[in-house]
Amino acid sequence: MNISLSVNGQERSADVEPRTLLVHHLRDDLGLTGTNIGCDTSSCGACTVLMDGESVKSCTVLAVQADGHDILTIEGLAATAGATGDGAAEDRLHPVQRAFHEQHGLQCGYCTPGMVMAAVSLLAENPHPTETEVRLGLEGNLCRCTGYHNIVRAVLAAAGELPAEEVSA
Amino acid sequence: MTAAEVTEAPAAGLGTRLPRKEDAPLLTGESRFVDDLAIPGALWLGMVRSPFAHARIGGIDTSAALAVPGVRHVFTGADLRDGWAAAMPCAWPVTEDMKAADHWPVADGKACYVGDIVAVVVADSRYAAADGVDAVVVDYDPLEAVVDLEDAAGDRVVIHDALGTNQSYTWTLAPDPDAVERAFEEAAHVVGERYVQQRLIPVAMEPRGVAAVPSVYGGDLTVYSATQIPHILKVMIAATCGVPESKVRVIAPSVGGGFGSKLNVYAEEFIAVALARRLGVPTRWTEGRSENAVATIQGRGQIQDIELAADADGKLTAVRVRLLADMGAYMQLVTPGIPLLGAFLYGGVYDVPAYSFECTGVFTTKTPTDAYRGAGRPEATYAIERAMESLAREVGVDAAEIRRRNYIPADRFPYDSASGLTYDSGNYGPTLDRALELVGYDDRRAEQQRRRDAGDTKHLGIGIATYVEMCGLAPSRVLASLNYAAGGWEAATVRVLPTGTVQVVSGTTPHGQGHETSWSQIVADKLGVDPASVEVLHSDTAVSAIGMDTYGSRSLAVGGVAVDMATDQVIERARRIAAHQLECAEDDLELADGGLRVKGTPTKAMTLQEVAFEAFSAHNLPDGLEPNLVGQVTYDPPNFVFPFGTHVAVVEIDEETGMVELVDYAAVDDCGVQVNPMIVEGQLHGGIVQGAAQALWEEAVYDDDGQLRNPSLTDYCVPSAAEVPSIKLDHTETPSPTNPLGVKGIGEAGTIVSTPTVVNAIVDALAPFGVTDITMPATPERVWSAIGEARSAQEGAS
Repeated sequence: MNISLSVNGQERSADVEPRTLLVHHLRDDLGLTGTNIGCDTSSCGACTVLMDGESVKSCTVLAVQADGHDILTIEGLAATAGATGDGAAEDRLHPVQRAFHEQHGLQCGYCTPGMVMAAVSLLAENPHPTETEVRLGLEGNLCRCTGYHNIVRAVLAAAGELPAEEVSA
Repeated sequence: MTAAEVTEAPAAGLGTRLPRKEDAPLLTGESRFVDDLAIPGALWLGMVRSPFAHARIGGIDTSAALAVPGVRHVFTGADLRDGWAAAMPCAWPVTEDMKAADHWPVADGKACYVGDIVAVVVADSRYAAADGVDAVVVDYDPLEAVVDLEDAAGDRVVIHDALGTNQSYTWTLAPDPDAVERAFEEAAHVVGERYVQQRLIPVAMEPRGVAAVPSVYGGDLTVYSATQIPHILKVMIAATCGVPESKVRVIAPSVGGGFGSKLNVYAEEFIAVALARRLGVPTRWTEGRSENAVATIQGRGQIQDIELAADADGKLTAVRVRLLADMGAYMQLVTPGIPLLGAFLYGGVYDVPAYSFECTGVFTTKTPTDAYRGAGRPEATYAIERAMESLAREVGVDAAEIRRRNYIPADRFPYDSASGLTYDSGNYGPTLDRALELVGYDDRRAEQQRRRDAGDTKHLGIGIATYVEMCGLAPSRVLASLNYAAGGWEAATVRVLPTGTVQVVSGTTPHGQGHETSWSQIVADKLGVDPASVEVLHSDTAVSAIGMDTYGSRSLAVGGVAVDMATDQVIERARRIAAHQLECAEDDLELADGGLRVKGTPTKAMTLQEVAFEAFSAHNLPDGLEPNLVGQVTYDPPNFVFPFGTHVAVVEIDEETGMVELVDYAAVDDCGVQVNPMIVEGQLHGGIVQGAAQALWEEAVYDDDGQLRNPSLTDYCVPSAAEVPSIKLDHTETPSPTNPLGVKGIGEAGTIVSTPTVVNAIVDALAPFGVTDITMPATPERVWSAIGEARSAQEGAS
């Protein structure tokens, strides 16, 4: 089937098998391999992307269902914050990405793209969450490395909700 | 930000919380994991796996699969039988008479666990490969599954006919059995406990994957694998596939976690290599999550009997341990050795005069077990730290007090344990004091009592556990004494390039541990340069030719020390070159401002860059000095390192639902000198949650037919952020005297101790009901049932 979707601001048309998952379309057809696959039951959230601004697990969306929609993947996130161009790598990140860096919110990095996209979506809905709201809001994204401690701190820091003495701790 | 601020070198030295160099590519999707790699012309592999735990394999009908569009080939075990140079390796035959069946990449004749590979589909795409797998028809003759460990040990059904028994080995550590007997005869208190270490699924977030790229005419072979051990894999590909090792290059690109599950060499890696060579095109395979649950090793799987003997004051006089360890269907890389990694530590942090240990490894028709975060040491720590609670009850003292009475005193280090180890350094009491302080122990105890007095249905429980681990694997001679087939050294090269930037080549293989940052800090600290100017290369055997990889909390204590020593060599060479150039004695030079200068004459100085360029141009070097500025070290540690600490958990249990909530957790750890405290804390956070998950949520559940009932992440309960609290950390610093950095490993510590900490808290909460034990994981159903059974027993007794 022929589909056309906007991915990170670019129109992308392709002919896909009806059964193709959005995540496979992004990864295998469009070469956007930043979105990872961590399970086969829509449990882990590694494949989280934004569809029309809302987080979806792209393993649970068929590519044909995304026809005509706007998709934002991890590769396009920094640009949405105008964080591109020259400078140190750390300066060319979206504020949520930068907070993950500064708060050590990632280790192996495999869950990270999905976790960051879920956090962006969470903060769009609730710009000033409490710790409990962050924990509940990220319930659909699994991480095996961090114990979530620093992920939660990163999201709070990005929201400006981390106590000042802890921001640089 | 002004230009001056930008160019100011960030604080770099040891102990600095430097944000990681690894992060930006991982945060932006730029990093490449195996499945991300574009490999032109690669054919996809799909594994046909046995749905039976134990079955004879009859005919395999591949015709329907071959008719699937995009499917090119189907290979069975018989098709590939003659292609292997050797069976799959087990590097740790723990006894001379250990029994193990040959383990072939594709089963031939018989399948011995659910997930055993019986055929391989080769197709144009991953979807076609999956379609092909579904279309292969295998005629199975099911046999009785062997699931229960004690039943397996009894040989009612023997799995491997050629062995004649399911018992693979019995390994004994009994330096003085008479002393142990005597201690138990004379003991004022004896405690005997049985614990079950349930099987766990490691669940690294990235499933495994492999791609093999052959050069048909050149004869060489490049293998990309989601592995912790590219160097060891290279050796094993040579041995199993019969490729000259010199022709094999293994690359571990970005690797999404391992936790021991990627410290292995797997059938799929050998199959990808064999078929790539046979077909003359690249092959690739990516594991599915539910496939991972059966195809990748599992952890734990032990029945532990531990007995403590103590005097009237509760002072330990002996520890005696007997294990049954579940090997699964076959020996993987280090399967039989996992219990041995705990064997020396069942005395824990206590001064134990007499000790004996015995372990029998048993085959079952389940997925093989092998190293999972902590590997043997979590099991040992669980047993002693839970048994100490029983001893406290027996003696009638507080859980903290029984520990204080038995800790190895700080003035006894280095301490020779009855198990034969020499603990390098330690000071246990302060970690207990501080951890109790962090949770507000006295207030928590008062609140616990208040709730009990008020008849509150929500019970507080406070659990304590103190651990020591032997890590930094490992002194090669000790490994030899344990019959392990390889060494425990690590290699490092540090080279200053002609333009003054620095490259470090490390034999460690990070997959989340942040070695690029930490190794940069070690080098930058010593050379006085910006860590941003230090590049760390690793995980590619063509770049880092010599290495022993990453596992066993070894990377810093062995690999990081090697980096430190190689940096010393660079400085030594630089000193000779600079002294020659500046016409002074080497001893007159001091390291300063990222270079060398004459003491007292700061104008006579050379930057590192100038020295490096002199080494490169070689126009004017001291006689006999080779023209390079390179340090190269292969370091074999003289001993393990022994990090330690105390963790305290507070749980709240609803007696009406059995629900356990982890409400507070404090950890005070000591891993000696910390290179990057931020990374240390991250390792602890993750390890603690992983260990708590064994206590509360995770178990690979097998039914009587040997079927794994919870292979997916909807059924296997990896905790999310919503299930766990923030964690309070503090540390003490007792440097290791055995390495120049004073460092100890920290990767496994959290997992090693958090399991008994949480279970001790649960048992503590349930004390008013008379509950003294709970089976892991302590699900609401189990907790609720334990309360009910204890109540019935009390009512029956009254």
